[in-house]
Amino acid sequence: MHNPQLNAHGELNHLLSIDGLPRDVLTHILDTASSFLEVSDRDVKKVPLLRGKSVFNLFFENSTRTRTTFEIAAKRLSADVINLDVARSSTAKGETLLDTVDNLVSMHADMFVVRHASSGAPYLIAEHLRRTGRDDVHVVNAGDGRHAHPTQGLLDMFTIRHFKKDFSNLTVAIVGDILHSRVARSDIHALGALGAAEVRAVGPQTLLPTAIERMGVRVFKDLREGISGCDVVIMLRLQNERMNGALLPSAGEYFKCYGLTPEVLALAKEDAIVMHPGPMNRGVEIDSAVADGPQAVILSQVTFGIAVRMAVMSILAGN
Amino acid sequence: MSLPTLPDAEAQCVALAELIRPKLQPDTMLVGIHSGGVWIARRLSELLGLPGEIGLIDVSFYRDDFGEKGLHPQVKPTSIPFEIEARHLILVDDVLYTGRTTRAAINELFDYGRPASVKLAVLADRGGRELPVCAEFCTWQVELEESKELVLEPDPSGRLQWRCVDHA
Repeated sequence: MHNPQLNAHGELNHLLSIDGLPRDVLTHILDTASSFLEVSDRDVKKVPLLRGKSVFNLFFENSTRTRTTFEIAAKRLSADVINLDVARSSTAKGETLLDTVDNLVSMHADMFVVRHASSGAPYLIAEHLRRTGRDDVHVVNAGDGRHAHPTQGLLDMFTIRHFKKDFSNLTVAIVGDILHSRVARSDIHALGALGAAEVRAVGPQTLLPTAIERMGVRVFKDLREGISGCDVVIMLRLQNERMNGALLPSAGEYFKCYGLTPEVLALAKEDAIVMHPGPMNRGVEIDSAVADGPQAVILSQVTFGIAVRMAVMSILAGN
Repeated sequence: MSLPTLPDAEAQCVALAELIRPKLQPDTMLVGIHSGGVWIARRLSELLGLPGEIGLIDVSFYRDDFGEKGLHPQVKPTSIPFEIEARHLILVDDVLYTGRTTRAAINELFDYGRPASVKLAVLADRGGRELPVCAEFCTWQVELEESKELVLEPDPSGRLQWRCVDHA
């Protein structure tokens, strides 16, 4: 089957989704990211790899944190970074997504980092570039709708590998609003490809996608059961806007049933790590005592996220 | 041109150490270029009885052929576990050829600070320079056809040995 992310040589040309990527491609990205970790510790936090390349951050949906981490990663590779607040400019004036892309390609863009509220928007851009013969321009999906957030998935895998070394004996629980979470989907695909022993989806019925079992996960509606014996706990952000949609009674009620407290965490393995993609809602999905506790690796995730994005951008630009 | 007779790489390391010994300064530090240069630098450090760790450098992020070849598939982390400011450095590599790897390594070193001096030590110099680079310490001058490549690698017992590969 044609994989729109790979070029004719089977190399990664765009990063759109972890789904469908072979294990060796994922491992290659993680290995490369390990080498980039050290660059951020130097006095001169920069290597000249992407010197003279233009990276356009195309954020059709707001996300200061993700945009900033991509910007830092591109700058540490010496690329020029252009941030476009497209939601508030061209789109508002009625320009279509692909017209915006064509205009930026005419400005000699080398890479697009795309965040969009609609699932499939980065794929649409990649296909458009292919049809117009501009396969030399690369696309990185920085989160599309409910579909995928591959760099977050990769940085989560990097974090797990850093602390746990090997995936084959791991039980990983993903907890919270799985229905709306592209992070959860990317994590589930990546954990599957890297051979995690067991992946659990833990959350209330209203926030679990139907037929999620088909993705190869075990479903738990009870947090305590879901956490028991886990090596890794990935907490998802509860998006406040979900409260209005009658999916949940209240934030307080949610915390009572699904908030990660030290007492609940004690049911996981003693050396279990706690992850969160941020931004955290303290007192909603996670207790401060856990978020600031010794098992939390949430800030390491942020550091690793830069190295992983540097790896992705440099691999794409070189292919 | 036929294949050259390949010398004993371990003996060359000993000879290289003797070339370097009279020029050592009290604060000389070795920096090996991945992978061959790192193995040789470890030998030299031991033979010369240098205190402290050696530096390791992978020039993949500094190569000038990234545009054509992309990122090297097996990038290793660079690790310079000492302050290089005002230090005398000896950059160690297995083979000196076009000089492009040396250029990349010097650029990378300067992102860590301003060394007092940088000298180059190699086991083999096969000519074919494309940049004004020369090795201060070298044990073997060899002429090779363009299609041939000298590869240094450890045998199962860990002894370094040369292999000549023909890409023709």
